[in-house]
Amino acid sequence: MPTNILMPALSPTMTEGNLAKWLKSEGDAVEAGDVIAEIETDKATMEVEAVDEGILGKILVSEGTQGVAVNTPIAVLLEEGESANDIGDVEAAPADIPCVPEVKDSEAVTQTSNPTQHAGAEVKDRNILYAQGHIIEPPPFDEAAFTDTAEVTVRVALRDAMAEEMRRDDTVYLMGEEVAEYNGAYKVSEGLLDEFGAKRVIDTPITEHGFAGLAVGSAMSGLKPIVEFMTWNFGMQAIDHIINSAGKTLYMAGGQLGCPIVFRGPNGAAARVAAQHSQCYASWYAHVPGLHVLAPWSAADAKGLMKAAIRDPNPVVFLENELLYGQSFECPTDEDFVIPIGRAKIEREGADVTIVAYSIMVGKALEAAKELAEQGIDAEVINLRTIRPLDRYTILESVKKTNRIVSVEESWPFAGIGAEIAALVGEHAFDYLDAPLARVCAKDVPLPYAANLEALALPQAEHIVAAARKVCYAD
Amino acid sequence: MAKSKTSKKSAKSSGKAKSAPAKAGSNSASNPETEEMRALYREMLLIRRFEEKAGQLYGMGLIGGFCHLYIGQEAVVTGISSVQQKQDTVVTSYRDHAHMLACGMDPKGIMAELTGREGGYSRGKGGSMHMFSKEEGFFGGHGIVGASTSIGTGLGFAHKYKKDKGVAVAYCGDGAANQGQVAECYNMAALWDLPILYVIENNQYGMGTSVQRSSAGALYKRGEGYGIPGEQVDGMDVFTVQAAARQALDYVRSGNGPYILEVMTYRYRGHSMSDPAKYRTKDEVNTFKNERDPIATIKALMLDKGVSEDEIKVIDKEIKDIVNEAAEFAQSSPEPAPEELWTDVLVEAAE
Repeated sequence: MPTNILMPALSPTMTEGNLAKWLKSEGDAVEAGDVIAEIETDKATMEVEAVDEGILGKILVSEGTQGVAVNTPIAVLLEEGESANDIGDVEAAPADIPCVPEVKDSEAVTQTSNPTQHAGAEVKDRNILYAQGHIIEPPPFDEAAFTDTAEVTVRVALRDAMAEEMRRDDTVYLMGEEVAEYNGAYKVSEGLLDEFGAKRVIDTPITEHGFAGLAVGSAMSGLKPIVEFMTWNFGMQAIDHIINSAGKTLYMAGGQLGCPIVFRGPNGAAARVAAQHSQCYASWYAHVPGLHVLAPWSAADAKGLMKAAIRDPNPVVFLENELLYGQSFECPTDEDFVIPIGRAKIEREGADVTIVAYSIMVGKALEAAKELAEQGIDAEVINLRTIRPLDRYTILESVKKTNRIVSVEESWPFAGIGAEIAALVGEHAFDYLDAPLARVCAKDVPLPYAANLEALALPQAEHIVAAARKVCYAD
Repeated sequence: MAKSKTSKKSAKSSGKAKSAPAKAGSNSASNPETEEMRALYREMLLIRRFEEKAGQLYGMGLIGGFCHLYIGQEAVVTGISSVQQKQDTVVTSYRDHAHMLACGMDPKGIMAELTGREGGYSRGKGGSMHMFSKEEGFFGGHGIVGASTSIGTGLGFAHKYKKDKGVAVAYCGDGAANQGQVAECYNMAALWDLPILYVIENNQYGMGTSVQRSSAGALYKRGEGYGIPGEQVDGMDVFTVQAAARQALDYVRSGNGPYILEVMTYRYRGHSMSDPAKYRTKDEVNTFKNERDPIATIKALMLDKGVSEDEIKVIDKEIKDIVNEAAEFAQSSPEPAPEELWTDVLVEAAE
């Protein structure tokens, strides 16, 4: 059967072009891949290759023709044994090829404009509902049931969580700079090399980009890496693999291939280490669909969330804090103490104002709440624990009760977590608010080295007290 | 093209490219030598015809976005995959359709992914550069230049960790060879003796920049400082590639650590569909097409060894049918349902 050769598109935006030159004549035999013509666009001249073998039976669009629409038949190719007589009437008009996808106005697409509340323990497709912006009750968790506790530091809680999960699953391994023989730059991995050996506790060269990519490859292939960045500041070298390789593969693979991996390390300001070593990455990673972002405060958070992170089949960004490593808290000893991802914790119940914080700022918020109580203001403090997926439900329920909200973070204000919470309450609890949300953030400058300037730049309890008083119109 | 190599440990000189010639006119059907030729010819032809068809569908507006064709480079992946073992894994960058075909992935699923349809390997959510098949040991399809080397190093790490005797074959282009993460991974792979064959497909242009304008020194020597043996071979001849790969894979599988194969090849088309390739001369392209073409070379050899024109035509017809069937499927498979927009962002955790 004669085949029409169509005017090709050379890019998705090309709609027409000029037929500059025929390199084959009617009657010529052509092989697949032979250049038969040249076409021009405003950008370039390109060759048209035959896609099949045959004889060029008839040229329909002569050379020099301008403005030939894409998909117009430009010639007819004959198979062996056919002649020009076999060519019927071919109209030199664009063929109707259904190639432009129509966006269907389906419910699934438009649902985001009308988010609804989903409650109860049996919420299915949690990730889909979250992506669509719905307000979902967090996964159930009876934290009070874990009554056996011991006082441990955050450092030990993290170590114990990793050790317990490594005992439970031999595909879990730890990799990073100084994690093995040095026992961790901050001693978080102390003793792990002795227990698990060099196969599973691996010192790397100082090459974050390379070892993060390596770990991602091993995760795709069935292992469960924990990648320690000495600090998250150095993790910035590896951000491409965290986002592009770990965060997007499941989606790009149509669900075939996941990436169970934990990237962890201290995040945010330490003490007097200046701008390049003092940065909070919460909003950077929380921006990305495909990642989970966790930020523990207490030892219990550290242990329960680290275990959840390692068991999670998804890539997890785990943001620790150097100043918290040495702090001690009561922590459940049960090996099944695993905090659900996506569930915030109300650390202090209160009626007058909601204070939302994560990581080290939870401690500052509790300090502020104590101060506020002395001033007659009863603050509710929410420890987010998970940044993504954000526990929108718990925040909104609290705001509906207190009608006032302050967000606290160690990060900069612009496009920060506080900005997201402001959008959340603006969109879903506007009618409940008795005052605009107030944000307490780091000052919008790189973190300075001088002790006095550093203290001025970072959020302090007194800033939180002032913000809470402001939204309560107390002054 | 002369072979050159740097070596460490006991890297032997590469094996003979071709086995002893058979007498012309011998019964080709029962001849293992011509059997192998047929298989290699068939694989290379499948790649070429598939890519030509992809180019055609692109021209019709059925394939969108970026589309990087492998035409001219067929001998590289065909030669290497012909000597891999079942448990080996493969990863490459974005000129990746051929690697999928060579791994045994279904042409229909690949073509339907190119057209962005439900029947595609990623259900239309990945496209030309992002397809995977755990079953066939193919780990993508990665759009970031250099990422395939790091991910491939991780595949090698996993082979060693799991002690499954597998080797990771990590492809990258000459452009990617200059990425920092490539050097970082060479270091770790050598340090930890990871089972990886690094393949640099040197098609001589990183987009429009020739390797002479982008790269100091020979790429196969990039592992020298880490003690990784490297070898440069002619990638326009499938038997040369095959022999080099066989020897390199043996070396890696024996626990000697990584190996670098720089395979000198050429792409006939532009970097992607919208590249008119004005940075090189027509003569240069035609020299490769007319004098070095890997498919024409093996076809001539087959004829020389007594395979008849008719026998070859049977293969040609079979490939044409496979590719036409793939193209038909890729056009008839529906677009993904709108609900697909929301799925596969995360794995739903068991509660």
